[in-house]
Amino acid sequence: MSARAKEVRFGTLGIYAVTYLAFVYIPVLFLPLFSFNDSTFIAFPLKGFTFQWYIEALESDRLLGSLFNSVKVAVPVAILSTILGTLAAKAVTRYRMPGKTPVVSFIMAPLVVPGIIVGIALLVIATTVGVELSLFTIAIAHLPPCTAFSMWIMISRLEGFDQSLEEASRDLSEGAWMTFWRVTFPLIIPGIVASLLLTFTISFDEFILAFFLSGSEPTLPVYMWSRLRFPAKLPPVLALGSMILISSFVVVYFAEWFRRRGAHVETSSGV
Amino acid sequence: MVDHTTPKATPFGAMTGHRDGAFRWWRELCLRSEGVRGYTLLSPTLILMALSIGVPLLLLFVVSFWTQHLLDFTPGFVFDNYITFAEKQSFQKLLWRSIKISGFVTILTVLLAYPMAYFIAFRVKKNKLMWIILITVPFWTSYLLRVFAWKIILGYNGVINSGLSSMGWIEAPLEFLLYNPFAVVITLAHAWAAFAILPIYVSLEKIDRSLLEAATDLGDGPALRFFRVTLPLSMAGVVAASLLVFIPTVGDYVTPALLGGPKGLMIGNLIQLQFAKANNWPFGAALSVISLMSITLIVCAFLWFTKRVRTQGL
Repeated sequence: MSARAKEVRFGTLGIYAVTYLAFVYIPVLFLPLFSFNDSTFIAFPLKGFTFQWYIEALESDRLLGSLFNSVKVAVPVAILSTILGTLAAKAVTRYRMPGKTPVVSFIMAPLVVPGIIVGIALLVIATTVGVELSLFTIAIAHLPPCTAFSMWIMISRLEGFDQSLEEASRDLSEGAWMTFWRVTFPLIIPGIVASLLLTFTISFDEFILAFFLSGSEPTLPVYMWSRLRFPAKLPPVLALGSMILISSFVVVYFAEWFRRRGAHVETSSGV
Repeated sequence: MVDHTTPKATPFGAMTGHRDGAFRWWRELCLRSEGVRGYTLLSPTLILMALSIGVPLLLLFVVSFWTQHLLDFTPGFVFDNYITFAEKQSFQKLLWRSIKISGFVTILTVLLAYPMAYFIAFRVKKNKLMWIILITVPFWTSYLLRVFAWKIILGYNGVINSGLSSMGWIEAPLEFLLYNPFAVVITLAHAWAAFAILPIYVSLEKIDRSLLEAATDLGDGPALRFFRVTLPLSMAGVVAASLLVFIPTVGDYVTPALLGGPKGLMIGNLIQLQFAKANNWPFGAALSVISLMSITLIVCAFLWFTKRVRTQGL
């Protein structure tokens, strides 16, 4: 109880932190607010409460189709980039390799090249080679940044646990793969879950690459962009955005619950 | 060195006995050299990066020396596109403006994020992760909608204007809020906040607390201790945050397109135009190459400067 009382006394910095949270949250919270507003115009004053936009969102084939397209891209991208990122992170953290620093910087490059430039570069190569733009080209474009993020997460996870556990497994004559599956993998599961969630989100939300590389099937952000230009058709998009925001709250909550449960098992089995 | 005559010397030795020669040779190479094993694991990622980033960027560089005639490219090696850029002052201004806007965004974002990260790292005792999640959750909303939210706030009938007029403070809506570089700066600073907080938080969290105690024991007050110990030790995070915000925002397309108006357009919009209405892909490629090189130069200068400050002081 005393610890909690101590935590409440934040001081000036605490007031700043709360103000900052308000700065981060308030703009975002206008989206759900207007998704219930009974007017096609996204402006004050509010007209009245309605579920109309949610119903329209759930009945719009194009909206749901683009949502489904985004999932079709994000799921394989999340899985593949997490596998690649994990392998790369293992190589980087466990082996002494000549030229490691430039190689790691090269893999991290997609994080520091503006998306629009990567987007047009891929568009140019797809056109030159004659590849038709589709969800597949979008997925290819999403893989590098997602893999880089995944490697980043997995490096910190792999650096975080005791390497002697892996050595012990090898000393007990387990092979490299068995060591990975029976020792390393269970220990890095929280990192893998975090990586899957993050890479899924990045791909799901990515706009500029998809904007240049989508063919006839738009992903959700590309579809949203076309609606943003015609504000009258926007409220259903706000409704869908609010639903996605709430589902991501739920996902984060469950991820956290899963992590804590994992942490609990780890500590109790360790005693 | 692995002894070829006694295969049991290694855990894999016994297994390789019945495999074919090439495979055995590979296995032994792997056992002998950590580097080979490391690169074997890295190879899928490296191939992916080379094919989906390296090759396209190289081709972009090549195409920037081509020219466009109506619907067709003319391959070649001419500097026409670069000369066009050098001759058109409006294009150079646009690039310069993009760099200025991103610079402001970076400074603003990092300055705002630092106290927040400091708060989580040093003041929050329990549930640090809860705070991190609390900060990152808004960034799970679509980037497009987050940017659009600022249009709702700053717009003609937006939150600020209707708020001010309902209180009777203004008679007509303020028009200077939207469609200018200021709107772009504040929107980007909001949209990229998480990218600044997380690296700074990580670097602050890594600081050995006994160093701070040592500084206090040696007579430094809180302010002096912050500037002589905490800030220098967290500079790596500040540098990472600056780069993570600056580099992508220079090429941002969405925010200037939605909120910038004619005075707030950035280089990304001009590049996109070359691939849409203007339909001059080689020139768009040249613009990208110029932007990328400018960004690289600025980043190198920035890294050189921060390194100098860290090793020699100002």
